[in-house]
Amino acid sequence: MASFISCPHCGIRPKEEFTVRGDASVIRPEPDASDEAWHNYVHIRANPRGRTREHWQHVFGCRRFLVVERDTVTHEVYSVTDGGSR
Amino acid sequence: MTFAPACRYANVRENHGTVKGMRYSAFALVKQALQGNRGWTPAWREPQPKPHYDVIIVGGGGHGLATAYYLAKEFGVKNIAVLEKGYLGSGNVGRNTTIVRSNYLLPGNEPFYEFSLKLWEGLGQDLNYNVMLSQRGIINLFHSDADRDAHIRRGNAMWMEGVPAELLDRETLKKMMPFLNFDHARFPIMGGLLQKRAGTARHDAVAWGFARGADRHGVDLIQHCEVTGIRRENGVVVGVETSRGFIGCGKLGLAAAGNTSVVGQMAGLKLPIESHVLQAFVTEGLKPCIDHVITYGAGHFYISQSDKGGLVFGAEIDGYSSYAQRGGLATVEHVMEEGVTMIPGLSRVRVLRSWAGVMDMSMDGSPIISRTDIDNLYLNCGWCYGGFKATPASGFCFAHLIAKGETHPAARFLRLDRFERGYPIDEHGAGPQPNLH
Repeated sequence: MASFISCPHCGIRPKEEFTVRGDASVIRPEPDASDEAWHNYVHIRANPRGRTREHWQHVFGCRRFLVVERDTVTHEVYSVTDGGSR
Repeated sequence: MTFAPACRYANVRENHGTVKGMRYSAFALVKQALQGNRGWTPAWREPQPKPHYDVIIVGGGGHGLATAYYLAKEFGVKNIAVLEKGYLGSGNVGRNTTIVRSNYLLPGNEPFYEFSLKLWEGLGQDLNYNVMLSQRGIINLFHSDADRDAHIRRGNAMWMEGVPAELLDRETLKKMMPFLNFDHARFPIMGGLLQKRAGTARHDAVAWGFARGADRHGVDLIQHCEVTGIRRENGVVVGVETSRGFIGCGKLGLAAAGNTSVVGQMAGLKLPIESHVLQAFVTEGLKPCIDHVITYGAGHFYISQSDKGGLVFGAEIDGYSSYAQRGGLATVEHVMEEGVTMIPGLSRVRVLRSWAGVMDMSMDGSPIISRTDIDNLYLNCGWCYGGFKATPASGFCFAHLIAKGETHPAARFLRLDRFERGYPIDEHGAGPQPNLH
């Protein structure tokens, strides 16, 4: 993993200030959605070899949830955006 | 739920077909020595792929090779190939900390791992290859009253499956391993749970032993042959596209570990797997000082001493999904800190090497040995960072499933559909969060 993550609020910070929540591509279904929709959300992951989007939280900084787009093979970080700005 | 003792499954020893090639023995050693060691033959062939096999296993690591070996030896399947994109044993079977144990809590796991340990205990003889199993015992330390109660519960759960476990108090431990940090202010060591039959094995020898055993039973081990696609006709798997052309098959078994999602995607499988990176370390060689496998209860740290004298240790995964077989320095620092907290004397030891492997982390932290919704396609994955100890039983149960079309009793809870049916096997109680298992 890259040593630095560029937080949109705090600037370039060491990645140890952040924690990983997981895959940002799955969207939480409505409460009354089907069992299959919930199964897909809770358990199933694309797990791409290459470009991926993940939720990271800047726990030792602004505490915002961020979407980090990066490569799972080279560990290059392409972009970091605020989790609420989609 | 009721379970038969796991030892019931371990007494199958039928021999199908003829075994080819040289048999290793003291006699062979002397004979070869007298002939100037010019008569040794390669441990396995390097065959060209045939156009069609009855069974193809994708992945020439410990689990894939073990599957092929048991398919040929125990279940009488002929015409088998193992396809490996690199060289045999180039993945996690050569990257682990070599620990073998069966001290699990949950009834879905414990019989399976005990079956595995039973197979380990006879593996060297069975394979005619020394896997250097050393049953030196594993000790899980605990650090609080609640922690002790949890370990008592685990020990009792093991006894209920017929697996011996012993609770050691602090004074006993002090005599056994005086180098531990017993009086740490925050994590004092109150005792430990001992499984005497646990220990270590020579990891590369396991891969080589299964490879040689499979080859002797006629399995084609095809290295440097990357699977690039899975061909289906009318929904049924009929073969694989590879870097060395199309190879047809009757049944296809995937044992691709960290690359499970990549291979599974070729057949449109959507899997409860995330790939994560786990690091491990070895120090310079020391005189014998750590006699057991020891795990820290206040972290995820585990350590043992190799036969060469190096201290072999590791701890948590890095925490972010990754396919790179290398980890980050922050985790290196964290592992070292954990180690020195548990054994202060480690601070004076120099680390020789570190390495990393890609773990197929499942959503409940437990493995999957299962058929899939696609006919002729079978799946073996989700080993998280516990795959090495499972190698023999994983191969045996996967071979049983592929050959007979039925789940082996020891692996009957390790089905892929347990997630959607609501029966996860969450050994750590961490929930569906792969980087927490």
